[in-house]
Amino acid sequence: MFDFLEGYDVLAAFWMTVKLTALSALGSLILGTLLAAMRVSPVPLMRGFGTAYVNIVRNIPLTVIIVFASLGLADIFGMTMGAPDDFEVQDFRLAVFGLVGYHAAFVCEALRSGINTVPPGQAEAARAIGLSFSQVLRLIVLPQAFRSVIGPLANVLIALTKNTTVAAAIGVAEAASLMKEMIENEAQTVAIGAVFAFGFVVLTLPTGLILGWLSKRLAVKR
Amino acid sequence: MTSVLYDTPGPRAKRRNVIFSVIFFVLLALFLWWIWQTMDGKGQLKWDLWEPFTTSQAWTTYLLPGLGETLKAAAIAMVIALPLGAVFGIARLSDHRWVRGAAGAVVEFFRSIPVLLLMLFANEFYVRSTNIGSEERPLYAVVTGLVLYNASVLAEIVRAGILSLPKGQSEAAMAVGLRKGQTMTNVLLPQAVTAMLPAIVSQLVVIVKDTALGGAMLGFTELLSSRSTLAANYANVIPSFIVVAIIYIIVNFILTSFAGWLEGRLRRSKKGTGVVLGEDAVEINPAAVGGGFGTGGEGGGPSGFTFTDKPPR
Repeated sequence: MFDFLEGYDVLAAFWMTVKLTALSALGSLILGTLLAAMRVSPVPLMRGFGTAYVNIVRNIPLTVIIVFASLGLADIFGMTMGAPDDFEVQDFRLAVFGLVGYHAAFVCEALRSGINTVPPGQAEAARAIGLSFSQVLRLIVLPQAFRSVIGPLANVLIALTKNTTVAAAIGVAEAASLMKEMIENEAQTVAIGAVFAFGFVVLTLPTGLILGWLSKRLAVKR
Repeated sequence: MTSVLYDTPGPRAKRRNVIFSVIFFVLLALFLWWIWQTMDGKGQLKWDLWEPFTTSQAWTTYLLPGLGETLKAAAIAMVIALPLGAVFGIARLSDHRWVRGAAGAVVEFFRSIPVLLLMLFANEFYVRSTNIGSEERPLYAVVTGLVLYNASVLAEIVRAGILSLPKGQSEAAMAVGLRKGQTMTNVLLPQAVTAMLPAIVSQLVVIVKDTALGGAMLGFTELLSSRSTLAANYANVIPSFIVVAIIYIIVNFILTSFAGWLEGRLRRSKKGTGVVLGEDAVEINPAAVGGGFGTGGEGGGPSGFTFTDKPPR
């Protein structure tokens, strides 16, 4: 029944999707945290930069960013991402680069909304009992902020998993590009679609369930 | 809002902030100068490459038709997805368990699949099972993918919008003897639609952005793919990318601002319940949320409702 799978390495394609997701998640978490720190910092210029980055990047389609990384950054500016000869590695890294840049904006917004959920009274009370700035941040504000931010971050992670398919636009051999190839060459269109749909359900559903459970468990009850 | 993190700056903090500002400004200026130098080094700042955008030909032949296709696909997708999403959203609130379950399964399924897979599948389906011409097919495939995906996202928005209404609304409707259907169409939906408007407009941004997938993968002649025809003609890859990105930013910025304006207006308005399904109901989703959580309705209340897990108060 599944003989149409012969000759195609579906698992390898999904492994590529997982790799793209994991690396981009890590990168966008770091960059996003940096941006969020800028957006809540007392320095107006940094705040402005953070806001500008988020508003610009969020309004450009991810497809445009990733295609630009390949056609613009790599082909014209010679940004080879440390792999000038191996185009497979190069495209992979460019895709991660684009995914990180795009999703960092959303991570930033999620983190910022988390800091915003902490009532000002918490920090005021902390200052009133004489805690220093770093103590207020470390002991009072950030623990509450992180706990309320798991849900939104999980949403970003799930969206990131699905958005890795855009890397197919620059020829990264992940799930969507394999599906395109298979669906054009094999007769069992519906079965192929079902296999790939199932693959993504398997990738996204547990993430949502586990992190959703975690966010409910850790939410600060107010 | 920033007052959570720091006090109003005193003289020392002000001085420190100025120093940080200067350092950051220098770094930023260096970075921008480096970009400028790199572009100059590769000859990307030559006027020849930018000059086409001052002529009407580049716009009327390439960019505007492309933008037109983008907006057309987004508009069609929205117009079809909205009623479909409403049906599924209401079905998820049904009193009958099997209706609820079936609608829930469909919605969660389409929400957890990348929209690109839906487009690719729809395209192949149209190739094999219909005789839609190859000229029209990409538009059909893109719209189909967008409708399937966004109807399920809109279903969640509709559901959240109805759940966000105060319980007294449906209780009062029942008390005056309206049926379930009448309660929904005469009392709940009209209020919910107003509350949902900002979230729906924000979803349009996601749709507009996702049309670019059709350009890259299916040969749909929208803005992104008309950019490549343009760049092939004028040999200006970098400038064309920058111009196209700016067009996307302007279009989406207008939509986002409109959503924000609507939200503010609805929040301020004295009519209605004051419930607003804000922009952030979908804002957190880069190409929308997925998975099976974070969508539950918290009870009503005039505080504005989002389904991005704010801790319940």
